[in-house]
Amino acid sequence: MSRLTLTQAINAGLRKAMEDDPKVVLMGEDIGTLGGVFRVTDGLMKDFGSHRVIDTPLAESAIIGTAVGLAYRGFRPVCEIQFDGFIYPGFDQIVSQVAKLHMRTHGQVRMPLTIRVPFGGGIGSPEHHSESPEAYFVHTSGLRVISVSNPQDAYTMLRQAIACDDPVLFFEPKRRYHTKGEVDLDADLSRAPAMGASRVVSAGTDVTLVTYGPLVSTALDAAKAAADDGISLEVIDLRSLSPLDYGPIEDSVRRTGRLVITHEASETLGLGAEIAAGITERCFNYLEAAPVRVTGFDIPYPPSKLEKHHLPDLDRMLDGVDRVLGRPNSLSGLEG
Amino acid sequence: MLDASAISGASPQPGIHQLIAADGTSVADEELAPLVADVDDDQLLQLYSDMVTIRRIDVEATALQRQGQLALWPPMLGQEASQAGSLHALTMDDFIFPTYRENGVAYLRGADLAGIMSTWRGSANTGWDPHKFNMATPQIIIGAQTLHATGYAMGLVLDGKEALSIAYLGDGASSQGDVHESMVFAASFQAPVIFFCQNNHWAISEPVGLQAHAPIAGRAPGYGIPSMRVDGNDVLAVLAATRWAANRARSGGGPSFIEAVTYRMGAHTTADDPTRYRGVTELEEWGARDPIARVRAFLQGRGRLDEAAEAGVAARADTMAAELRNGCINMPDPAPMTVFDNVYTTEHAILDRQRDHYERYLAAFATTEGTTLEGSRS
Repeated sequence: MSRLTLTQAINAGLRKAMEDDPKVVLMGEDIGTLGGVFRVTDGLMKDFGSHRVIDTPLAESAIIGTAVGLAYRGFRPVCEIQFDGFIYPGFDQIVSQVAKLHMRTHGQVRMPLTIRVPFGGGIGSPEHHSESPEAYFVHTSGLRVISVSNPQDAYTMLRQAIACDDPVLFFEPKRRYHTKGEVDLDADLSRAPAMGASRVVSAGTDVTLVTYGPLVSTALDAAKAAADDGISLEVIDLRSLSPLDYGPIEDSVRRTGRLVITHEASETLGLGAEIAAGITERCFNYLEAAPVRVTGFDIPYPPSKLEKHHLPDLDRMLDGVDRVLGRPNSLSGLEG
Repeated sequence: MLDASAISGASPQPGIHQLIAADGTSVADEELAPLVADVDDDQLLQLYSDMVTIRRIDVEATALQRQGQLALWPPMLGQEASQAGSLHALTMDDFIFPTYRENGVAYLRGADLAGIMSTWRGSANTGWDPHKFNMATPQIIIGAQTLHATGYAMGLVLDGKEALSIAYLGDGASSQGDVHESMVFAASFQAPVIFFCQNNHWAISEPVGLQAHAPIAGRAPGYGIPSMRVDGNDVLAVLAATRWAANRARSGGGPSFIEAVTYRMGAHTTADDPTRYRGVTELEEWGARDPIARVRAFLQGRGRLDEAAEAGVAARADTMAAELRNGCINMPDPAPMTVFDNVYTTEHAILDRQRDHYERYLAAFATTEGTTLEGSRS
């Protein structure tokens, strides 16, 4: 086991994937000489050469579009989009080409792209540097969507994503880049948990709290705080956003009867909406209360001085827990 | 073929228009000289003062970032001539579409310094009213503003108005599809737009050679847009080149493209560490082509920059620096509930509900913790 930060774990995952498969190439802005603006690709150009760690011109559409061409040639491109808010020039290529080519060609052309996206807020950045665009891609059939929350998952799931023959959007919680954790670098990939599997990260009995990416550690903190009040939260890390793995959530909700979903992304048509609907369909008779969403507001990401008001934090999560439990909460008196 | 590391970052090449050489001596340029024949020593002293002030603003803002007063700052060190020279070719009727680095342009346009800093402090997305100054706010999405400038210019034609728009962009942006599409539209509709590309040689860590294997200005003629390469560290040449493009725009000549060859002497932003990707030799080479030093030498050579004049220039810069610092440090944080403002022009039921709920949420804290709605709850 090695103790690594999230960035170091991703770096190690990229390194392992490149060692294992000569067809793996990295593409992105500033990923070579600089090692990426977050240093995720630090040292990889030096070790694998600029023909496999490719500093691209500034054009996200071209990064994705040329990766499609490389995939036609049998390569497995790993594209880095420098910041979440920079992905939109490449959106057309992702939605219209990457996602659809396998079906369009009757399964004859595979698009094993991995598109790495540092996402989410909480780092005091200017506009376009703190967004959570994952729902757009979950809504797009043909893409798999991952969001990791810890170094071990980052290392393992990145390797799984690169090995996957479907295109994968790989969302990295940038405000957790410096989080440290134990990583088994020699783990057998075939014995690792499936890339599409969600996981209970803290067992509990009163309320099921579902989240992913940057808010997993906040949710774990909320579980500790709730325990002090005698409330037992079961925290589930989705890990995979597409497909959603309902198994552990269903099991949990059948026991707790109460569901809270939390994410940084806006509320409307976010993952929370989908999971609330999916669980209501699957577990209606077990629910003791309507599922509650604790999310970013339906606003463009605010200036950084205001981001703490937009991002769900421990207190807002616990307020959501109080709501789903019918305890006194910020909206007490409003429910009919 | 894909060996980016083999591409050099060095550049200045022949075919670059110049009026004042790096040592402060005059250069004969038959094409540009007539365009600035009216610029006397007093006006050149004004340009010099503008550049000194911009540099002072840049130094002050960089310091404020280091002191935690700004969240981020994109230095403009070395690009003062490109910013001041181009701005002075415009009138207030012309509309400016800047990148995030044209904070010197914004200051010279009249924007309030504290307002400019509010964006970099993280207090607001916008530091001035675009309609008041005919200047859009800093564009962070690389190259997006070139389309806006083109569309604005198309609107000027539709309205029969004699004015122009100018899009600032960098060498990195020249790779973006938006920039190429804007040149197609500008040519198709003969839009009175100036594409003002500051080739500062670096897009964060990527040398201009990665974006362009031939001079960037060479691309525009392929779209049917006349272009010019100019020494971006020569304020007089930049003024002349921008006037050339402005004259074309105002006389129905359509779009023009200017490549101002300059150099980003500082980091990409205060979050960047350029020592990881570029050497000191290049920095020294460009330091010797400083845009301010050459005008100082030029004016001194003509006896127009005595001690009193220098003191006047320095006093203005110091005053602006103090104004910037005070405005920044004394800037109040935005009130929490403003997070919901201006998403829509009129009410929106779903967002209004979220606003109401969050107001109740904050009020609950005020009740339990004795804090006020306007205060921080952390």
